[in-house]
Amino acid sequence: MTRKGAQVHAMARSFAGLARWRPGRSRRAPLGPLDYGRRLWLRIVVALTFILIYMPIVTLMVFSFNDSRRNIVWRGFTTKYYVKAWHNDGLFEAFTNSLTIAVVSTIVSTIIGAMVALLLWRFRFPGKAAYEGFMALPIVIPDICLGVAMLVFFARIGWPAHMPWPLNLSAITIAHIAFSFPFVSIVVRARLAGFNRELEEASRDLGASEWQTFRHVILPYMKPGLIAGALLAFTLSLDDFVVTFFTSGPNTVTFPVKVYSMVRFSVTPEVNAASTVLILITVLTTILAVRFQNPARN
Amino acid sequence: MSNDIVSVQGVSKRFGSVLAVDDVSFGIPRNEFFALLGPSGCGKTTLLRIIAGLEHPDDGAVIIDGEDMAGIPPNRRPVNMVFQSYAVFPHMTVAQNVAYGLRVTGTPRAEVSRRVDEALEIVQLAGLAGRKPHQLSGGQRQRVALARALVKRPKVLLLDEPLSALDAKLREQMRLELANLQQQVGITFIIVTHDQDEALSMADRIAVMNEGRVCQTATPDVLYESPASRFVAEFIGKVNLFESRVLGANGRTLAVEVGELGALEVPHEKAGPREGAAIALAVRPEKLTISTAPPDGDGRARLAVAARVINWAYYGDTSHMYVRTEKGLELNVNIQNTTRDTAESLNVGDAVWVSWAAADMIVLEE
Amino acid sequence: MESWRKHPLVFWILALPGSVWLVVFFLVPLAFVWVMSFGEKRGLLDIEITWTLSQYKAAFQPVYFKIIWKSLWISALVTALCIVLAYPVAFLVAFASPRAKPILLLLVIMPFWINMLIRTYALIAVFRTRGYVNFTLEWLWNTFWLDRLFGPFVPLELLYNNFAVIAGITYVFMPFMVLPLYATIERLDKSYLEASLDLGASQVRTFFSVTVPLTMPGIVSGIILVFIPAMGSFLIPDLLGGTNAQMVGNVIARQFKAANDWPFGAALSFLLMYATFGALALRALFAGRKSAMEV
Repeated sequence: MTRKGAQVHAMARSFAGLARWRPGRSRRAPLGPLDYGRRLWLRIVVALTFILIYMPIVTLMVFSFNDSRRNIVWRGFTTKYYVKAWHNDGLFEAFTNSLTIAVVSTIVSTIIGAMVALLLWRFRFPGKAAYEGFMALPIVIPDICLGVAMLVFFARIGWPAHMPWPLNLSAITIAHIAFSFPFVSIVVRARLAGFNRELEEASRDLGASEWQTFRHVILPYMKPGLIAGALLAFTLSLDDFVVTFFTSGPNTVTFPVKVYSMVRFSVTPEVNAASTVLILITVLTTILAVRFQNPARN
Repeated sequence: MSNDIVSVQGVSKRFGSVLAVDDVSFGIPRNEFFALLGPSGCGKTTLLRIIAGLEHPDDGAVIIDGEDMAGIPPNRRPVNMVFQSYAVFPHMTVAQNVAYGLRVTGTPRAEVSRRVDEALEIVQLAGLAGRKPHQLSGGQRQRVALARALVKRPKVLLLDEPLSALDAKLREQMRLELANLQQQVGITFIIVTHDQDEALSMADRIAVMNEGRVCQTATPDVLYESPASRFVAEFIGKVNLFESRVLGANGRTLAVEVGELGALEVPHEKAGPREGAAIALAVRPEKLTISTAPPDGDGRARLAVAARVINWAYYGDTSHMYVRTEKGLELNVNIQNTTRDTAESLNVGDAVWVSWAAADMIVLEE
Repeated sequence: MESWRKHPLVFWILALPGSVWLVVFFLVPLAFVWVMSFGEKRGLLDIEITWTLSQYKAAFQPVYFKIIWKSLWISALVTALCIVLAYPVAFLVAFASPRAKPILLLLVIMPFWINMLIRTYALIAVFRTRGYVNFTLEWLWNTFWLDRLFGPFVPLELLYNNFAVIAGITYVFMPFMVLPLYATIERLDKSYLEASLDLGASQVRTFFSVTVPLTMPGIVSGIILVFIPAMGSFLIPDLLGGTNAQMVGNVIARQFKAANDWPFGAALSFLLMYATFGALALRALFAGRKSAMEV
């Protein structure tokens, strides 16, 4: 588990410009005292930081096409490792497991998370601050504590270890939902915070019932938040290694756990290829999530 | 010009495709209370920020006390600013805020504390030195911002819309205080405002700006009584405008033809516009007199026109009457309610006469 | 906002699923671990809850305390590195032109979403003996004929030591620092900086006297967001640190996976939990003091 959601809504607003972005003429105006964005030394420092951040990922992706098993020297373009990864049964099964878990976890987390968001947005109740803190707990505690707790829990209550697919994934899915839906609720609530309560009152004033108001006024407004929350839950589940590592049995291997067991021994091009695929899925999901979170578009 | 403390010479500033300041020049003598007045977006704040060094002009020069400010960063300019939001540092006490500008330039400790006390005394905040900004009212915060700038003993104090965040009553009080303060400290003030009352009541001289250019620089009474352009006339106070055509000029007067009024003569000192040129004549609403009977000549050249009351608004001390002449021209007349029953004497639809002295007509070329 | 009493049915329908899920699948599991941390191991599989503190005491034996201490200083160092690296990035993004800002922000958060395991794995390829760093250094060595002077290039040992762990955690958690910093710098009223410059402070002085104090809430959030997961990191030291550079997370994992000493693992993981709560309490205290300063 990561802390992705914690800052998601803080940055969501800043993405308003993404949709509006278009390259324009460059101009050379004299540098004002607060034009830090145009100071050369700062630009160089930041560019170096970005290179440091992206270089390992980009080289990993590039060398997944390198026609050489061991060498880091470029030996020509090939896609054979993608084919190999595709035909690697263990890897393929792990990938299917990961996707299955992610889809179920996303659906359940989105529903529960949206309900919690509505609850906190709508109602005043005693102990609300404590309840909010409680909801944020899965976000703040270290992954390993959560993983360990899940391991102990499922072992103690005697959760059946050998069930037919996909029931054997149930323990992992339950754990994923537990840390995903609080993130969803934060994202959805951030969206609801911008809702003008007068719209609701106007709807009621025009004769709509409570349910009709929810269905036709509030829910459409929530939609971008729901989609962004769902995409977040999806990547959270797909990316999770630590919690899954502790919850999974020997027969329930997910993609990150499989990759872990492979990379512990060596760096192989198949892993590069499979990782590249996962990176591309994540990048796509990120861009989509950012687009949907952008309030200016709605 | 050499006596000017601030001299702005041909300054231009462009933001993207918008020309915010367009070739502006003016000089400000020592100890003047100078106002930059204009509608929002006219470039007045940008100009102030250029003087402060917070923006760099694309073109032109800013000379402060004989020194060209080109390339000199804001922290090394002999000017200080009171920001529109006041920008009183929230993590420092009142005293720390005021001391900040002295401390960062290495002023000895004893002198800092003496000057801070002095500055707080001047803005009447002596008792609040230990408070944090969040414990202060808006007016008090503004005083902190003032003290913080004044304690530096700048050659020029810049004030960016200093009264806009205050409520109406406090604003009026602060106008007087600021004007008195300027007299007391003897520093040149440059104030930016969009509020004509503010500029007229405080400033010695006002530069009216529009779309990046200075339209007119003059004392408040000249601006009001002799605006140089239609924009200035309409921006400062209210005005009744007559489109007219020049018939001829003879030194002190100008003969014009006004559609609604016929031919008439108005005083005009400057070398007049050509014969046949289209000009506008303007007269302020309070210069107009309204009566039910036709006015008789009282020696001065007076113009009169028959009209009907179409609307009126009551403001307590004054009433604004809106009348329409037979030819369809609408005029605005301000009446002082000098007695308790004036407001009720006229009704919508009443036939009236509106009259005024020809000498009160302002000639607006262009 | 309305009182729950007005619509008790709606309230309960909305409240139940989330609350039940979190209690049953989060709070109860944590409680299990907590209780277990006061237990003792009897035989291979039996654990008896004796309400003893011996597991916590065991954690402070020199052999484990050394690891806890190391986790602490590594996390502290990593947090400091993250502040130093993230501040310029956050600052530039906050002051970037409206056209460049969304793209820079996307660049900042992208790695944040990419699988942590893959990013850690990518570092192995960079750091290993025949990795990119050594490859580049060797190329430079040979290009400048240093091999003729000092003999052939000896690859640096960059993997399986503290350096690799510190670099790895910094690399993986830096985005957590950028975002809160960016959010506070972005919200900061720029006229404070202008006022400081106008009053005669230099850019450097302005940065330390005005910018840093006023962005402190973001710095504190960033510290929490980096320090807590860094303390709990398990994957990064496991892959990059080998047996030489272990952290608390590895010891915990070993108790549950290999050594099979669950009570001790439970105690260690609750030490992490207590540290987390402590950090959050500190932040709440700080936020309470700070919010009084907001104007």
